[in-house]
Amino acid sequence: MSATLQTTQAVVTGNAAPRRRIKRSTWKTVIWLVAMIVIAAIILYPLVWLTLATLKPSGEFGTNPGLIPEQPTWQNFVKVSQGIAGVPMWRFFWNTIVLSVIATAATVVSHALAAYAFARIRFKGSKIFFTCMIATLLLPFHVVIIPQYIIFNNLNLIDTYVPILIGKFLATEAFFVFLIMQFIRSIPRELDEAARIDGAGHARIFFSIMMPLIVPTLTTVAIFTFLGQWNDFFGPLLYLTSPENYPLSMALKMYNDQTSVSDYGATTAASFVALVPVLLFFVIFQRFIITGMAAGAVKG
Amino acid sequence: MTSTTTRAVVTGDVPKRAQRQRVPHSKGASARERRDNIAAYTFLIPWLIGFFGLTVGPMIYTLYLSFTSYDIFSPPTWTGLDNYIRLFTDDPNFIQSAKITLLYVLVGTPLKLAVALGAAMLLNYRDTAASFFRSAFYVPSLIGASVSVAIVWRAMFVTNGPVDSALSFFGINLGGWVGNIHLVVPMMILLAVWGFGGTMIIFLAGLKGIPAELYEAADVDGAGPFRKFRNITIPMLSPVIFFNLLLETIGAFQVFGSAYIISNGTGGPAGMTNFYTLYLYKRGFTDGQMGYASAMAWVLLIVVAIVAIFIFRSSQSWVHYAGDEK
Repeated sequence: MSATLQTTQAVVTGNAAPRRRIKRSTWKTVIWLVAMIVIAAIILYPLVWLTLATLKPSGEFGTNPGLIPEQPTWQNFVKVSQGIAGVPMWRFFWNTIVLSVIATAATVVSHALAAYAFARIRFKGSKIFFTCMIATLLLPFHVVIIPQYIIFNNLNLIDTYVPILIGKFLATEAFFVFLIMQFIRSIPRELDEAARIDGAGHARIFFSIMMPLIVPTLTTVAIFTFLGQWNDFFGPLLYLTSPENYPLSMALKMYNDQTSVSDYGATTAASFVALVPVLLFFVIFQRFIITGMAAGAVKG
Repeated sequence: MTSTTTRAVVTGDVPKRAQRQRVPHSKGASARERRDNIAAYTFLIPWLIGFFGLTVGPMIYTLYLSFTSYDIFSPPTWTGLDNYIRLFTDDPNFIQSAKITLLYVLVGTPLKLAVALGAAMLLNYRDTAASFFRSAFYVPSLIGASVSVAIVWRAMFVTNGPVDSALSFFGINLGGWVGNIHLVVPMMILLAVWGFGGTMIIFLAGLKGIPAELYEAADVDGAGPFRKFRNITIPMLSPVIFFNLLLETIGAFQVFGSAYIISNGTGGPAGMTNFYTLYLYKRGFTDGQMGYASAMAWVLLIVVAIVAIFIFRSSQSWVHYAGDEK
């Protein structure tokens, strides 16, 4: 890579002296590095600010916009750990984990099934249903929520997790179907043809051959579903009514509604607490997140 | 026969392989076809239930409700085109909501794409600590839509907050952005742009896919950086730009959570964060005007469809696929 760049540059500048060439390239790298550090600092500033602001007493928020707390205190975290609206903090965490884990497991299985059918089985109607599936990619979610709400209301499922999770079981996330399809298409067809000749049916091929091979893309889907559900605000806002069922996003909304004027400290600490698992998750899985996303989109 | 062609179209298979698999029409082959059909629809059961039960059915029902007055407690009453007429002639809040949403989409999306492309090109320029910078630039896109970040964002832009103080230091006294009707939309756009990382990653993968020979050949011909960008980078990336433009535009129409949190669900100040879906939510679920909200939902669907068709149509003149001589 750097070799190509240097050659390229030599051609551009027409400079033959090797010493000057290296020097000039080094200077460019230094300028680039400084620019990158400045940009990264600006981009990450809100997160660094949030982290340190959790230690500021509420009264300091109006007077000290800087990074460093003048009178650092753990008081905000103590308050947050006690929870809000009579519900302890661990309860919001637990609810969020339950929602995210179920959503992830259901999404992976249902979307892999649909993707396999579209990518590998010849069937009547495949073209029309594939087009329909792609069309839902572009569909604004709000066109379906009113009837969905009415249905779940009539079924007495308001304030349960069913309305929030049911779509995950029914492969409604077209982008994930598409992502898995792209991955399946990159697997040589000879593998399943061989299995078919040996008498395996599609169920067998899917579970024994395909599933192990598509683990990388399923991991990407799993991570994005987990994070998406963790951050989800609209579903819980629409369907959950009692605070003991709330996930973290709704707990944060309560902090935001009730105490934002008087208690910036607790609101900030609660935001931080909700964000930390996401950031840890990213640090652990960043390889899958970044490569998985790029692969699906570019091939598409 | 037809199913082979179909599959070739769907999967983009090379014709040679399709040819080889074409079996003479015999009893065995049609038995296999039947088995394939049964298998496919079995695999698709969850998707089919979701597609008809959670998407197509509700869409049609929303269309019906959009011609009624409905508050969920009593049965809907048919009112014809009243909701639609009211939307466009008798609801200044709707017009304003549509305007700020369009502003947000038309300014925010191109800006986000431009920043993402710029960042991707910077990342692609040198390899030093590239994976660190890539992660640093990417992180905001994972959390940008979360409630936590909306809260932080507001804290950043309040009066005497970090942004206000930093600008005052340079002699720019704008005050708080959150309560300022002129600055709150730019603030929301900045939040969207801050989440450029996901788009950047896709651009970066696209950039890595451009053959170095193209640039080398351009160098030999004496092309400068701008010409290389215009005549190599942009055309070679055009399929990726198209993909990002389409999804980001449609996503931007649906901004909700951050506007809700930043305005405490009010859409203020003076309706300047009353984005389309927030207004729809308030009409439908706070005011209980489900018929009216349904009409808003269908207007949104039609606008999004028109925009998508426009992007698709225009793509024929600016999107180039590899191997395409156009």
